[in-house]
Parts: sequence; structure tokens; C-alpha cells
Amino acid sequence: MLEKKVLKSATFSDPVNAEIRRAARTGIYDIRGGGAKRSVPHFDDLLFLGASISRYPLEGYREKCGTNVTLGTRFAKKPIELNIPITVAGMSFGALSGPAKEALGRGATAAGTSTTTGDGGMTKEERKYSKTLIYQYLPSRYGMNPDDLRNCDAIEVVVGQGAKPGGGGMLLGQKISDRVAEMRTLPAGIDQRSACRHPDWTGPDDLEIKILELREITNWEKPVFVKVGGSRPFFDTTLAVKAGADAVVLDGMQGGTAATQDVFIENVGLPTLACIRPAVQALQELGLHRKVQLIISGGIRNGADVAKALALGADAVSIGTAALIAIGDNDPKWEKEYKDLGTVPGAYDSWHEGHDPAGITTPDPALTARLNPINAGKLLSNYLKVMTLEAQTIARACGKNHVHNLEPEDLCALTIEAAAMAGVPLAGTNWVPGSGSF
Amino acid sequence: MKQFDLEESGLRALNQALHEQTDSINQVDWHIKNPKGKHAIAVGLDAPINIKIDGSTGYYCGGMNKLAHIYVNGSVGPGAAENMMSGRIIVEGDASQYAGATGNGGLLVIKGNSASRCGISMKGIDIVVHGNVGQMSAFMGQSGNLVVLGDAGEALGDSLYEAKLFIKGSVQSLGTDCVEKEMRPEHLKTLSILLAEAEADAKPEDFRRYGSARELYHFKIDNASDY
Repeated sequence: MLEKKVLKSATFSDPVNAEIRRAARTGIYDIRGGGAKRSVPHFDDLLFLGASISRYPLEGYREKCGTNVTLGTRFAKKPIELNIPITVAGMSFGALSGPAKEALGRGATAAGTSTTTGDGGMTKEERKYSKTLIYQYLPSRYGMNPDDLRNCDAIEVVVGQGAKPGGGGMLLGQKISDRVAEMRTLPAGIDQRSACRHPDWTGPDDLEIKILELREITNWEKPVFVKVGGSRPFFDTTLAVKAGADAVVLDGMQGGTAATQDVFIENVGLPTLACIRPAVQALQELGLHRKVQLIISGGIRNGADVAKALALGADAVSIGTAALIAIGDNDPKWEKEYKDLGTVPGAYDSWHEGHDPAGITTPDPALTARLNPINAGKLLSNYLKVMTLEAQTIARACGKNHVHNLEPEDLCALTIEAAAMAGVPLAGTNWVPGSGSF
Repeated sequence: MKQFDLEESGLRALNQALHEQTDSINQVDWHIKNPKGKHAIAVGLDAPINIKIDGSTGYYCGGMNKLAHIYVNGSVGPGAAENMMSGRIIVEGDASQYAGATGNGGLLVIKGNSASRCGISMKGIDIVVHGNVGQMSAFMGQSGNLVVLGDAGEALGDSLYEAKLFIKGSVQSLGTDCVEKEMRPEHLKTLSILLAEAEADAKPEDFRRYGSARELYHFKIDNASDY
């Protein structure tokens, strides 16, 4: 007798079916933190070519390779000067605990770079511990006030973010402590909705006037960044520049969020790798490449990612998820507690629920007390310095005396998809697929 | 009174001069001529000074104002008094959309009509409109009072938090989670004070109060059609 073949559906796989049952059981979409978990073409699909007979490398420990970057050189009276081309991305007090924000400020400052506020305003602690602090101007305007606007070092007008371009946000009631509620002028304990677009402007013409207002309020001192989620990077970069941005922050779909629908995170937006070339082309066509700075974020993990982003034309990168991991997020030392929450280290993403054993994405005083901001700050500064050294190592190997001298010509791609997205040749060929206009 | 011709001296010089009053006031009264619809006039002020603008303005007049009293003898473009913290802005004419958006405090008086989204995401500001307000006014309003002597357009107070809305005329429709509420003595008292401050000729008893039903404060799948 022939045995009947057991065949599960590729379309209705076990994980898909489990999600269908979960939705039916709970009546709510799956909300989580972090960025896209699906596999997409990324910096791992690129390789550096390194020096050879046609060009010579720099001596690794003798010859200088610069890493500094100046952001906001276009219009601002006071551009910001950073020692390294890696910044810490905007994450809100509320989404993160007070000690976590302090640790980010300490770590970034020790490494010579900036950190960024988030939805919910600026805390005194993060201002105190961040030598260079970028103040986000968000649709919700939670905590927005002119004193902090004048007290920051740069302003970041947030149009969107990579995890959810076109989407707003919601900080669930369980994370709304009295202090968070007061900063946001809302009752404690209720869900706080963040709008998906700004309340007093729509479109690029309005954005130009909004930027004018912000510059007038701050006497044209502060650099004004415009942050967009990766979806139409060529046009968004063009419009942000035409609206008067000093710098464009472009966040790909691997960029994290505090809490958004999983279906949104996984199905909306572009991989970070696909964002850079169109944005650089937009700047080049406007004659403003390296004059309006481009900051890339979304899945930056190590010095190779930094070097590749810079080689493709970025001026700096920004890290969020990686910074949280550096200070203790998803650390295996909390394995038992992660298991008690129904997950494992490396997979914990229920940041919106406020039970983070690492004390980072929670307002619970018992949990936040676990995070020593001084030690965590040291971890972050170590990590930032290692990434910088790694990027320098690669740049020297390519014969560059500054990481900004890396260029697309230093790269090749392992896959046709990555070659097309990055605009570099497929390894071992001179074929650059996907070239053309947008 | 300091005279300032905006056409002659330009926006930057005006705002710089007004900002210099923050540390030490050397001129309390300012008269600004020829605004001619320019944007960002008198933004980011932080001093108890009096400013009269003779003519109509563009976007964001008086944006993020603290302490200053601004009188516009004309109409204002979008986003007038946006994110105001304190002080007072009086508009003799009409206001375009988003008037008083995200305002945290102070008083905004519009003696004409105010277009759509008046008081959007208001966070403590008091707004008194002598005429009508457009659609989606007080959308996501968090705190403060919106007083309208005329009519309100569609979807008043949609997704409202704790802002209080007082309407004397008709309401074309209420937005999601906005309901009519009982007018209690404390509300009549608040209204009486605001009407007096805004020099509005109306009786508090002639108004109806609207506020949040608070049904959207916690996500419920049964409210999915309202999200």
C-alpha cells in the first residue's frame, strides 16, 4: 500500500496559520517593537574590493584616517561637529526608561557624537548628559516648547520613519507613567495616539514655510534636519532639500519603532540598502551632495555597515536598535525572564508592554533600576568606538585618509538584487543592473 | 512706540529685534507696518511686550508665543499662534486653517471666522472665535477650551481627549468620540471669564458643551470602525 504524502501548504504555513488563530482569538492586530525581521537585501550583500596594484592602502596604525563629520553646513549659523559619523537615533522618553535615555546620552557624548530626543519631548536628564542633542519636531508635538527648541543643538523635523512610513504611533496606556503623561499633557494610563502627519502643514510648500518659522524662532542658529521613512527616497530627498533642509535623515524598513503593527513593519517601506542610491542621486542632481548631509539609518550594526553606507554616499549613519542591544536589550543574561514572557533573548519585541527585563523599554521602577546608566553608557561608547575603528580599518584598506573618501567604486555586490539597489557592479563583473532614472 | 516697516527692514531684522527683548526690554510697544502676508511674523517671542500688526499676515503669525500680546489688525494665514505657550493674540479679521494648533497656553481670539482644524491637538490654549469654525476643529484636542460664538463645521472634536468645546451656534456633525455634555456651574464660570476676556457679546447660558466620550482611550476591537 502506498503511503499518503503529508504536504503542508507553502501559502498557509504553520506561522501563517498561527497568526490567523491569534488574530481570531485576540481580536487585535499584532503590535510589536523593532524593525522589519524579514530577510531583505542588506549591507551584507556588498563587499569592499580593497587595495591592490592599482591603488595602495594606508598603513593601519600609522597613517591618519579621519572620521569627523559636520552636519548642518548649508544654512545654520551653528552646524554640529561630531568626531564620528555615527549618531544615536531618536527614541522617546516613555518608549524608553529614564536611565536608558541617560545611558544613550552618556555613551554618545563619550564617543563624540550626538543623541536625539523622541516623541514626548526633551527630558532634563538627556539634555544634561548629551553634549550634542538633536530635538525632534514630531506630528504629535508632545512636549514641544520654544525653550527646548532654543536649548537643543539641532532640530529634526520628523516626517516619517522607516518602520512605518505614512503611519503614526500609539504608546499604550500601561507605559504612561505620571511623568510621561505630564510631559504629553494627557491623562496617565490611557493610550496615547501620535498622528501620522503634522497638524499645521501638509506638503513640501508648507514644509518650506515651517522650516522658515523654526529658523526664525531659533535665529537661524540650529541646523534643521528632515527625517523621512524610506519609501520614495529620490523624491522625498529632493523635496526636503527644496524645502530648505540642512540635512536629510533617511530611515529604511529595518529601522526600529517603539510599537507598531507587525503587518505595517513587515510590508511597508524600502530596505535601507535600496534607499541610499536614489537619495544620493537626488542630492547630486541638485548639486548639493556633501553640502546637504545625508544620514542613513535602519539596520546599521557594525563598522562594515557604516563604511558601506558612507561609500554609497551617506555623510553619517544613525543607530537605534543596535544602541539598545549595546546597553543590554535582549541580553541572554535575562533568559529566564524572557522565557517567562513567552519569548527568548534575541526575539523579545513586546517593548510596548512595559515588562522589559533589561529595564530599557519599561517605566517599571523595579525594572529600570536594573540599568546602571553609567555602565550602560560605557558599553555604548565602547560599541560606537569599535564601529568607528572598523570603518577606519576598511577605509584605510581602500586607501582612504577619511571615511568620507570611500566611494561606490570601492564596492561590489554578491547578488543581482543588491547590485541593482546599491548601484554597484555584481562581483566579478562590470554589470550594474537597474541603472536608469526613477 | 517703536515703528517697524516690515517691507523696508525685513522679517529677520524684525524677529531678531523682538527676540532681543527677552533679556531686557527696551521697547514695550511695537507697531509693525506692511506685513503684506509675510510668514513667521513675530514668532518665538518671550517677553511681555505689545505688538500691533497693521495688515494681514501669512503662515504661523505669533507661533510659539510666550508672554507677548499681539494684535493683528487684519486676517491671519494658516497656523496662527501655533504651539503658543502664554500671552495673547487677537485677530481682528479671519483666520485660515490650523489656528492655535497644539497651543499649550495663552488666549487666542479670532473676531472673524476660523477655517478648518482650528485648535487641532490643542494642549491647554484657550481659543475664542467670534464667528464660525471649519471642519475637524479641535481634532485630537488634549486640553484647553475652544469657544465658538457661531457655527461649527463637520466632525467637531474628532478623537478628542480632554479639551472642552463650547459652541453657541449649530454643529454640523460631531467627530468620533465627541459627545454633548452637561453644562455645569464651573463650565459657565470658565465660559464667562473667556467671553469677557475676548470682548465677546454673548451669554454663557446660550452655549452647549462638548467633550470626549473617552471610548477611544483604550484600544477595543469593537471600536475598530472608529479608528
